[in-house]
Amino acid sequence: MKILVVDDETDVKDLFEQRFRREIRSGEFELAFANSGEDALTYLDGHPSEVVLILSDINMPGMSGFELLRHIRTDHNAPPPPIVMMITAYGDPDSQQQAVELGANDFLTKPLDFAVLKQKLRDVV
Amino acid sequence: MESLDPTKYLGDFWAIVVSYYVIRWVRRFLETPTRIPDWDQWLKYVWLAGIPLVLADQFLGRTMTWFWAFICLAIVYTVWLIKDYRPARTLLSAIAPLAAVYVLTNAVRTVGFYAANKDYFEAAKGFAFIWLLTFVISARNQKKAISKQEEERSLVEARKAELEALVAERTAEIRSQKEVLQEALDELKTTQTQLIQSEKMASLGELTAGIAHEIQNPLNFVNNFSEVSVELIDELSQEQQKPVRDPELEAELLTDLRQNLQKITHHGHRAASIVRGMLQHSRTSTGQREPVDLNDLCDEYLRLAYHGLRAKDKSFNASFSTDLDTNLGLITAVPQDIGRVLLNLITNAFYAVQQRQKAAAVPTDKLAGTNSPPRADTRVGEGIYQPNVSVKTRCVDGQAQVTITDNGTGIPEELKARIFQPFFTTKPTGEGTGLGLSLAYDIVTKGHGGTLTVESKEGQGTTFVITLPA
Repeated sequence: MKILVVDDETDVKDLFEQRFRREIRSGEFELAFANSGEDALTYLDGHPSEVVLILSDINMPGMSGFELLRHIRTDHNAPPPPIVMMITAYGDPDSQQQAVELGANDFLTKPLDFAVLKQKLRDVV
Repeated sequence: MESLDPTKYLGDFWAIVVSYYVIRWVRRFLETPTRIPDWDQWLKYVWLAGIPLVLADQFLGRTMTWFWAFICLAIVYTVWLIKDYRPARTLLSAIAPLAAVYVLTNAVRTVGFYAANKDYFEAAKGFAFIWLLTFVISARNQKKAISKQEEERSLVEARKAELEALVAERTAEIRSQKEVLQEALDELKTTQTQLIQSEKMASLGELTAGIAHEIQNPLNFVNNFSEVSVELIDELSQEQQKPVRDPELEAELLTDLRQNLQKITHHGHRAASIVRGMLQHSRTSTGQREPVDLNDLCDEYLRLAYHGLRAKDKSFNASFSTDLDTNLGLITAVPQDIGRVLLNLITNAFYAVQQRQKAAAVPTDKLAGTNSPPRADTRVGEGIYQPNVSVKTRCVDGQAQVTITDNGTGIPEELKARIFQPFFTTKPTGEGTGLGLSLAYDIVTKGHGGTLTVESKEGQGTTFVITLPA
């Protein structure tokens, strides 16, 4: 299962790679990373229908997570539509509702609980 | 011995009475009781000398003729005692001829010369008497003139005293006014200090959310990398217990561990530096100049300002960029103060793009014809308006130049002149103190000898340029 992680923090890549080291080694998950919404769209354009799940931060300079989500739902929604989970440091109900309205499948707050995240990822597969 | 002559006694009696009144007049005229009180005690009773002289006249004869000479001498002596008093001198001139005539007459009375020239002596006596009267009148006039002068002088003095009292009164009034003003000034200064402090706290309040966000991120990394490292260590020890060990995997695990610890340190420092910056911001400025890295300050406050605004307005999104001159080096400045200036200008820039974004959102909603509240996705319409704030540093003519540019609402021409005035704000009541730009201006120009200029086009954006001497 290919997962695209979108976050402006570059160290997120290392963190995810270590957190999911066993899953990556076993080939259960395949991780791709993008540092901005724009990067993510470029990646999606280059790898059509490959990404099953997208984990995106909301607060990013430039294109925000919400915008990215909107783009995904309009331009990269070829069936089966990718599962999108939004991540934010501001876990307010307002943002959560907005994410759901824009077509997010789930909403996670920072700091991420990787055990919970792993369970969620396994559940969607 | 002469027989008793009642008429002669009557004459002597009159002489004594007259002398009493003469002395009394002299005393009053010359004001002897106040001028020469000691001698006045005696002068008062000089006329009494007439009584023994009358009695002596009975036995010795002709003593009474010396009476007037005696009275005259007493008056002459009195006048001499107060010779500084001009009417007294005039009185002396008045009495002198008469006294001289009397003395001379008495001295030569027994000699034949007197008898031969008696008429002349009598005439001299008459002249001396007229002289006396003339001069007495003159002395009286002098006295009047003097007393008039004195009266005038005392009047002038009274006026002077009155004026002095008035001046003293005014002085006291002015002094008390000065004290009141001083008090008001002190109060104003205190208020100013308090306002500056509250402005600082207000901007800190705006920052809090940004700071929380900025600290939360590195802390998450610290926690995550620590936890992951524990997992890595577990894996490593499991590997070591295996009969057939994989040295490649072990090396990889060790490399990861080292990398993780470096990341933990990095993110720990990151959080610490944010806290340090926050403390520095809230601390009362020491006014101490020190080497400052403007690039660091710009980067730090740009992030804090952005996240601060983001935390308040979830729908707000803007791109921000830095273009920092790595050759800028350090400048000598008060870091807290310059930090406040940057924070203020950057916060204003984000506020301006936020306002423009909100204004741009309204027509879009109307076009869409929806009654639902505007949503983030509709507000940030693609190709319509992309909010942007950028900070640039450059070294220009040996001076550090910071340029803060936004593509926000811009400043109307008529408001440009007023933006640096204290208490001028376009924000709704309660949102802005109106002191931010005014303080920023003071800090840059008065505090650091730099310049702060603004260029703006309404509806297109604003650029603030700070120039600071190295």
